[in-house]
Amino acid sequence: MSIDKNTVRKVASLARLEIDEAGLEKMTPKLNGILQWIEQLQALNTDNVEPLANVANIELKLRADALTDGNCADKVLANAPETTAGYFVVPKVVE
Amino acid sequence: MTYQIQGEQGTWEVVIGMEVHAQVIAESKLFSGAAASFGAEPNSQVSLVDAAMPGMLPVLNEYCVEQAIRTGLGLNAKINKTSVFERKNYFYPDLPQGYQISQFLHPIVGKGEIEIDLPDGTTKTIGITRLHLEQDAGKSVHDQHPTKSYVDLNRSGCALMEIVSEPDIRSPDEATAYLSKLRMILRYLDTCDGNMEEGSMRADVNISVRKPGAGYGTRCEVKNVNSLKAVQQAIEYEAQRQVEIIEGGGKIDQETRLWDPAKGETRSMRSKEEAHDYRYFPDPDLLPLHLADSWIERVRETLPELPDQKKHRFMKDFGLSAYDANVLIAERARADYFEIVAKGRDGKMAANWVLNELLGALNKDGKSITDSVIAAGQLGALIDLISDNTISGKIAKDVFAEMYKSGKDPAEIVEEKGLKQVTDTGAIEKIVDEVIAENPDNVAAYRSGKDKLFGFFVGQVMKKSQGKANPNIINELLKKKLSL
Amino acid sequence: MTNLTHLTIEQALKGLEKKDFTAVELTQAHIDAMEKFRSLNAYIVETPEIALKQAAESDKRRAGGKAGLIDGIPLGIKDLFCTQGVQTTAASKILEGFKPEYESTVTSNLFRDGAVMLGKTNLDEFAMGSSNTTSAFGNVINPWKRKNDNTDLVPGGSSGGSSAAVAARICMGATGTDTGGSIRQPAAFCGIAGIKPTYGRCSRWGVVAFASSLDQAGPFARTVKDNALLLRSMAGYDPKDSTSADRPVPDYAAAMTGNIKGLKIGVPKEYRVEGMPAEIEKMWQQGIDWLKSAGAEIVDVSLPHTKYALPVYYIIAPAEASSNLARYDGVRYGKRVTGENLKDMYQKTRAQGFGEEVRRRILVGTYVLSAGYYDAYYIKAQRVRRLIYNDFMSAFEKCDVLLTPTAPSAAFAIGENEDDPVKMYLNDVFTVTGNLAGLPGLALPAGLDSQGLPLGLQLLGRPWGEETLFNVAGVIEKAANFTALPASVQKAA
Repeated sequence: MSIDKNTVRKVASLARLEIDEAGLEKMTPKLNGILQWIEQLQALNTDNVEPLANVANIELKLRADALTDGNCADKVLANAPETTAGYFVVPKVVE
Repeated sequence: MTYQIQGEQGTWEVVIGMEVHAQVIAESKLFSGAAASFGAEPNSQVSLVDAAMPGMLPVLNEYCVEQAIRTGLGLNAKINKTSVFERKNYFYPDLPQGYQISQFLHPIVGKGEIEIDLPDGTTKTIGITRLHLEQDAGKSVHDQHPTKSYVDLNRSGCALMEIVSEPDIRSPDEATAYLSKLRMILRYLDTCDGNMEEGSMRADVNISVRKPGAGYGTRCEVKNVNSLKAVQQAIEYEAQRQVEIIEGGGKIDQETRLWDPAKGETRSMRSKEEAHDYRYFPDPDLLPLHLADSWIERVRETLPELPDQKKHRFMKDFGLSAYDANVLIAERARADYFEIVAKGRDGKMAANWVLNELLGALNKDGKSITDSVIAAGQLGALIDLISDNTISGKIAKDVFAEMYKSGKDPAEIVEEKGLKQVTDTGAIEKIVDEVIAENPDNVAAYRSGKDKLFGFFVGQVMKKSQGKANPNIINELLKKKLSL
Repeated sequence: MTNLTHLTIEQALKGLEKKDFTAVELTQAHIDAMEKFRSLNAYIVETPEIALKQAAESDKRRAGGKAGLIDGIPLGIKDLFCTQGVQTTAASKILEGFKPEYESTVTSNLFRDGAVMLGKTNLDEFAMGSSNTTSAFGNVINPWKRKNDNTDLVPGGSSGGSSAAVAARICMGATGTDTGGSIRQPAAFCGIAGIKPTYGRCSRWGVVAFASSLDQAGPFARTVKDNALLLRSMAGYDPKDSTSADRPVPDYAAAMTGNIKGLKIGVPKEYRVEGMPAEIEKMWQQGIDWLKSAGAEIVDVSLPHTKYALPVYYIIAPAEASSNLARYDGVRYGKRVTGENLKDMYQKTRAQGFGEEVRRRILVGTYVLSAGYYDAYYIKAQRVRRLIYNDFMSAFEKCDVLLTPTAPSAAFAIGENEDDPVKMYLNDVFTVTGNLAGLPGLALPAGLDSQGLPLGLQLLGRPWGEETLFNVAGVIEKAANFTALPASVQKAA
C-alpha cells in the first residue's frame, strides 16, 4: 500500500498537524518508505493468532472509590498559556 | 396502538433506538481520585490525571465497575467477565487527553432487556444491546466572551455508563416509557440519579422510518434530547422530516442532528462531523478488566427488588390493580412508604390512602413523597382508627387534612377535636327519633315506596351527630324505625 | 580529590561512608566537570543549586547515621522524567518552559534513597530516535571519537544525553527510558552499561509517555553493579501505574555471585543479521567463549520471527505515540501558537511544536489506526507481536539467558543515516524484541573495535529475571575488563 499526498493531508488534519504543499512533498515519500517497509508483515500468516496488546503479566488493579485528589486548581492551571477566572481559555469553539 | 405517520404515499413506521449516558453515582472519578460531584468552582475538582498532564496515568475506580455490574444485572443483562478499555481519539478543548477512555469492542455488559409500561396498560420488552463504562468530558463555556471559549474540567473523567438499546422502540410513547423505566431502574439500583436537568442522564435517539414490514431505513442520531418531553417532540419532528424527504424523492443522510428545544426542530451537525475517525485501540495504560464470578455474585446478592418484581408482588400480595401498582413503584421511596402503610393492614385501603389522599395532596403542592410531613407509620395509624371503628372514613379525611397541615399523630387529633365515633346506640337512637319526628312528609313518602329517601335520613342523622355517629348503627336503627 | 568523578557508585558510597570526601565535594566535582564538557550538550538544564542543596542534606543524613541506599550519588535525569519545579521538555519545543507540579515516581524513589540531581539530560524528542539528533535542544556529542578522526559521533538514542554524561564522567549514573532500545543502544555507543528492566518493574507515572505498552525506565552507569544499585532504588510497585507489578524488589547487587556454572546461555541464530560488521560478530563469539569458560552451557536457540520485530515496532510505537501526544494541544500547558480559530491553533501549535521525526511518527501512527487500515496494520502487528513473544517463551524453555550483540554497529557520525528513516530504525534491530516481549535487557561494554569505539553485548532474560542478568553480566564484565576511556575524558583526568 502506498499513500498519496491527499491521504497524507487528510491524516495530518486528523492528527492536527498543519502541513503545507512543500511539507507534503517532503513527507509523502518518507512515509511511503516506512509504510512499504512495514508491509513485509503481510507475508506472514497470522491466522488464529490472538493479538497481543500488553505484555504486563499482571491483573489490573483497581482503586477504592475515595476522594484522594483534586482541589488543586492552582497546580492544574499553573502552566496554562491562557486562563481567566479559573478557566482555561481557548479560541472560541463554533458549535 | 401502533404509531404511524400518515404520509402522502401511505403510512410509515418509525424505528427508534436509544443511547443513554448515565453518570455513575460514585464519590470519585472513573480513573482519578478527584470528586465527581456537581457545582464546584471551575477546575477545582480536577486532578493532574484529569488535566492530562504529561506522564499521568489512569487507575480504574473499583466502585464504578461494581455500579456497572449492578446496572447490568438490573437490566437482566449478560456481565462480560473480560472487558477492555479503549481510546477514542479526537481533539476537543474539553477532552484534555485528546482521547476518551471508553469501551468499544468488549463492553463490560452485553445483551439484556427491560419491560416498559405503555399508556394503554400493555407492556413491551425492549432489548438492551450493551452497557459500557467511559469518561465524561469537561465543559466549554461559549457565552462569556465574543471570541473565546472557557474550559472547565470538573466533569472531565467522571464515570458514565452508556446504555444502548436495540432498535425495538416504535413510537414516541414507547421511547418515553423506555427512558422512564430505565431511569426508574437506575434509581432503584442507586447507580445513577437520573437527573436529566442536571445532565446526569442524557439521551441520544437514533431514528429512522420505513414502510411497515420493510427493512430498516437510514437512521439519524439526534443529540441534546434532555427531557422526556424533548424525546417525544424530537421523534415526532424527525420522523415527519424523514418521511417528507423520502416521499419527496430524497435520501436520508446518515448523520448526527441536534435537537433545538427552542425552535422545536432537529438540525444537522455536519460541521462537527468533519471526517470523524476515532481510531479506537486498546488503552495501553490499562490492562483488560477481569471480573471474578464471586464479585458478580456478591453484587447480585445485594441487588434490591426491582420495579417490575415489586409491581408484581404488590399486585399479588395486596390485590392491587396494575395501574395502582405502577404508580406506587414509580419511585422507590414511594413504594417503600406504601409498604410500611400496608404492612399488616388492608392493602387496597392502604393504596387508596397513599395514592388518592397523600399523593393527591403532595402533587397539588408540587412535592414528592420524601417531602411528606406525614410519616408512613402515621398514615397507617389513621387507617387503624378507621378499621377499629374509632372514626369513620369520612372523619378520617378531616383528620388526614389536619395531619397534612400539622404532622400530628391521628390519635392526638381525634382526641383533641373529639372526633371519636359515637357508638352509643341510645344516643344515636335519640337523634334518629328526632330526625323522624322532624320530617313527617319524607317518612310518609319513604314508607309508600320511595326507598331512595333512606340516604336522606342517614345524611340528616350524620349531620346532627357532626359526622361522628357510627354509620352501621345509624343504618340499623333507621331501618328498624322507618319500617314501623 | 581530582578523580572523584572517575569513581564508580560503589566506590563513591564507600568513600562517603569512610568520610574520604563529602557528598558536597563529590557533587561539586561533577558540577565542575559538567562545565568542562558542556560542549557535549548532554544536559538540557543543569541544576547545580538543587544538586548542592541535596548533597548538603545527604551529608547531614549520613552524619546522623540515616544515609539511604545511594545517598549522595550525583545523577543525570533524562528530561523525560517530570521533576517538580524543574523544566521538563522531552527535548521538544512543545514543552519548552513546562515546569511540572509533580515528581515522577522513579525520581521520587531515587531521591528517597538519597540521590542528587545534577540536571536534566538531553534526548531525542519524545524519545523518538536512535542518535539523539532529533532533540529540539541540539545534538548530543558522544565523548568517544574514532582513532585519529575528530568527527563528532552520535551517543545513540534516545537516552543519548544520559549515556554521554555517564561516559564523560559528568554524572555517576543516569536514568533512561527504553521503548525500542533507548537505554541499551546508547549504552553500547558510549561504552557503559545500562538495563531496561521487565515491563512493569519501574513505574511509568510521571514519565512523559512515548509508547505506553513498550516504555520502561532503567539506569545507566559505568559498571554492572552500579546499575544494580540504581535499579534497586528506581524499581517498585506504584499504585498510580496500572501496569506496574506488585512484587518485591530484590537486592540485585547481592545476586552477582559470579557463579554461573550450569546456567544455560541461549544464542539466537536469527541475530546474525546481514551486513553485520565482522568485529561485532567476533565480539559476540568472544562473549560466548567467556561465559563458556566460566562454566555456562551454550545453547543454540531460534527466534524465528525476529525479522518482523522492527516493522511491528514501527506500527505499534507510532500508533500509541499518536494518541499519547494528542494532549499537546496548547490548551493546558506548553507551547501555543495562535491561529485563526481553534483548529488552526491546534494545527499550528502541533506543527511548530513537534520536530520532523515526531510529526512523521504521529502521521504513521494516525494512519495505521485509521478506519480501513487498523486491521491490516495495527491488529496485524499485534498478532505478530504475540508470535515474537511466543518465540522467546519457547527459547526460555531451553535456556536461562540470551546473549546477543547490543547494536548492529558502533557509534556513527552525526548526520549519517539521516536521509532514510528506515535505515535509522535498523539500529534497534537487536533491542526492540525485548520491548515487544516485555523482557529485561542489559547492555554492557565488551571491547573496542578497530577504530577504537566501544562495542556492547546484550543479555535478555525471562520476565523478572533481572537478577540472573546482573549475575551473568558481572561475569562478562570481569572477563572483558573494559577499562578504556574516551580520549577527552582521559585528558581531563
